[in-house]
Amino acid sequence: MEIIMAVLAGILFTMGVYNLLQKQLLRIIIGTGLISHGAHLFILTMGELKTGAPPVLTEGVENYTDPLPQALILTSIVISFGVTSLLLVLAYRAAKINGTDNMEQLRGNDYE
Amino acid sequence: MLVAVLLPFIIAIFIPFLSKWKEKIHTGFFVTIVPVLIFIYFARFLGAGFEPVVHEYSWIPSLDMNMVFHLDGLSLLFVLLISGIGALVAFYSVFYLHKSEQLGHFYVYFLIFMGSMLGVVLSDNVFALYSFWEFTSLSSFLLIGFWNYKKESRYGALKSMLITVFGGLSLLGALIFMSVLTNTSSIRGMIDQQQLILNSEFFPLILVLLLLGAFTKSAQFPFHIWLPDAMEAPTPVSAYLHSATMVKAGIYLVARYSPMLSANEWFFIIVSMAGIITLCWGSYMAVRQTDLKGILAFSTISQLGMIMAMLGFGTKAAIFGAVFHILNHATFKGSLFMVAGIVDHEAGTRDIRKLGGLMTFMPMTATLALFGSFSMAGVPLPFLNGFYSKEMFFESSLHLEAASTGIAGILQTSVPYLAVFGSIFTFVYSMYFFFGTFRGQSHLNELPKKPHEAPIGMLISPIVLVAGVVIIGLFPSVINEPFIAHAAEAVKGAALEEKHIYFWHGFIPPFIMSLTVLVFGSILALSRKVWAPVYNVVPGVLSMNKVYDGTVDRVERYSTTITKGYMNGSLGRYVRLILAAIIVISFAFMAITGGFTLDTSNVAEITAPEILVAVTMVIAAIGTALTNNRIAAILILGVVGYGLSMLFVLYRAPDLALTQLIVETVTVALFLLVFYHLPKLRKKEEPVSTKALNLVISVGFGALMTMVAISSHSSKFFESISDYFTKNSYKLGGGDNIVNVILVDFRGLDTLFEIVVLGIAAMAIYGLIRFRKNKEEE
Repeated sequence: MEIIMAVLAGILFTMGVYNLLQKQLLRIIIGTGLISHGAHLFILTMGELKTGAPPVLTEGVENYTDPLPQALILTSIVISFGVTSLLLVLAYRAAKINGTDNMEQLRGNDYE
Repeated sequence: MLVAVLLPFIIAIFIPFLSKWKEKIHTGFFVTIVPVLIFIYFARFLGAGFEPVVHEYSWIPSLDMNMVFHLDGLSLLFVLLISGIGALVAFYSVFYLHKSEQLGHFYVYFLIFMGSMLGVVLSDNVFALYSFWEFTSLSSFLLIGFWNYKKESRYGALKSMLITVFGGLSLLGALIFMSVLTNTSSIRGMIDQQQLILNSEFFPLILVLLLLGAFTKSAQFPFHIWLPDAMEAPTPVSAYLHSATMVKAGIYLVARYSPMLSANEWFFIIVSMAGIITLCWGSYMAVRQTDLKGILAFSTISQLGMIMAMLGFGTKAAIFGAVFHILNHATFKGSLFMVAGIVDHEAGTRDIRKLGGLMTFMPMTATLALFGSFSMAGVPLPFLNGFYSKEMFFESSLHLEAASTGIAGILQTSVPYLAVFGSIFTFVYSMYFFFGTFRGQSHLNELPKKPHEAPIGMLISPIVLVAGVVIIGLFPSVINEPFIAHAAEAVKGAALEEKHIYFWHGFIPPFIMSLTVLVFGSILALSRKVWAPVYNVVPGVLSMNKVYDGTVDRVERYSTTITKGYMNGSLGRYVRLILAAIIVISFAFMAITGGFTLDTSNVAEITAPEILVAVTMVIAAIGTALTNNRIAAILILGVVGYGLSMLFVLYRAPDLALTQLIVETVTVALFLLVFYHLPKLRKKEEPVSTKALNLVISVGFGALMTMVAISSHSSKFFESISDYFTKNSYKLGGGDNIVNVILVDFRGLDTLFEIVVLGIAAMAIYGLIRFRKNKEEE
């Protein structure tokens, strides 16, 4: 199952990067969203899947799933939420001010 | 001792505040106090019974980087030079720099230089030495470029920086080699274990790198070209950095390591040869200059060459002469630079072709110049110190201890002749400097200002230095035993037998050499105009400057071309380049090291619900790229997110599933709020080649991540630390939910920063929206 999950994470990365390389801001944001989903799955796969009970201490249970990747992912989910919202507002402002959301047109000035 | 080294740095912090009152009190007065204090502190160590002192302070003990200050005879000589000349120069600069200049900047650089130069000569730790060494280069750069509105200043500053920092980096290479070989970062430790270095296969490399550092800093041929351009600095800086102290750092380094390196024959060959060539070339070129400071710059180059050559000779007499000349050179050259500064200040030009006959206008300055230049020329008079060390140079050039075969042999026979040749020209430029400026016809109408004597304050510093010239000349033994002998001992690494300095030795070869210099020098000096055309032949149009300019120019042009080639402003292109580099490097690395492992022994079984979710997610992910409908794209992204939270449920991660569910919902809502304001998704109108490239890069990256994930699952190099959390969650954290305990307790600081990140993002979002509102109100 881990292998399949690794492949799934890879596909999420692939589609994320593909969207990232597009010119439109909305696609780029969708791309970053996909990449963070991929990263979360990636971290989860690094530990062992399904080898025990949920990591909540319970009487009589000896074997728990690895809590560490979960803690890392939890942090990451919240951070990527922050990033996505910031990106969205930024894209909104950029598109509003510049009148375009095409990255090829949003270049800096050459050699100011 | 730490205080003494740090004092200039500490005072430098306060200079900007002090310079606020510069209209009332010239900042230079405050600065003068610093070197005077340091001088007094170190002068206490003088005396016949001097013993080396070591002070140790820890800095980064885990990296074996400690501040170890080691004061031996050689360091003491340099420390007194740095602080003594520093005090005189700071005082002189009070009268030289007008209050309207950027005094704050000047004195900050000046103090930084002083402190780091003290650090260079006192550090026993090579890495501390290197840091201070680069600081001197940096402050020299800033001081040369002090009048940064002048193009020549900027050029000179950049040139000195490039050359000395290049040397500094090679020095670092040598130091790292040596510290790895001997497993210590202490200079004394390295010299104690010198066999390890001398017998190492890297020794030739170490020698070359170390000497590159020393030669670039001390302006040895062919790296001397930066020094003449450094003369664009204000004259006090030239007198201090570019004649008395900084350029002697290279000499110091060679002297410091000579107990070890002189065991190798190549040390003698390279150092002597570089020194003697520099001596001849510098003095030959000095006569050609028309700028007073230009003459002095080439003169400094040649004198440094002479000291370097003596260090290369390595005999006791030679080292004694070298150390003695370091002191003598500082006295007479310092005073001559100050004289040049006075002439520039009072007559308005330093062009020797316009000057002349200034003796009647500035009798005091002329007298000082007389002593300085005659001492530099090595005129045999008992009250000029330059003669003594020149005499020692001749003597040691006749008694070399090297082998008489091979390159060393040829060098040995030619050294005395070259020494005389170089000294003849030294004599010529000294005379040229003095007579060209102060005697002969005056051309008052060509001078920008009417020349007059300098204010007394400006004359005090050169007077002190000239007094030094005369006192050392008259009573050489005053400084011999308590001072010079210790320094020479430190360089040689062994006690010297009693060495006396006499004026009169009888008609022995060195004296005859001096007389030859005097006679030929006088003839050449008088007939200078006759033979001057020889400079059109040698060096003619050839010059190291051309090599330098060409290199710098080409590097700039190439890097501009290359940078323009890929930095075209398109962010997409940058991302593509970065990703492509990551993919290529990672795959190559994986292939070379065999990093990819696949181990299926420890995998969970495949079940239907997971497959179902996974397939849904794959379809949704691909869908995001295919759809051209904004709402559809957003909702499909949501599908991926909800799919992920399903997976979290299946993999027994309840907290994750809950969080993901909430976050995903909020995100989708947010997207839906914003999307309306964004332009519609267009059909991708880009060419097929770009599309294919994007596809290749993204598939490559996905494949890379898959392989990394599989490998990291399949190979466990060490025990997971997760067990610790499982075991101690309740005991130490007092909670049943292990994930929560990790977040708020074990890794509480991480969570705190996470909150900070969110806070920053929230503020940024708020700012962006506020900004819009203000704009609309307008």
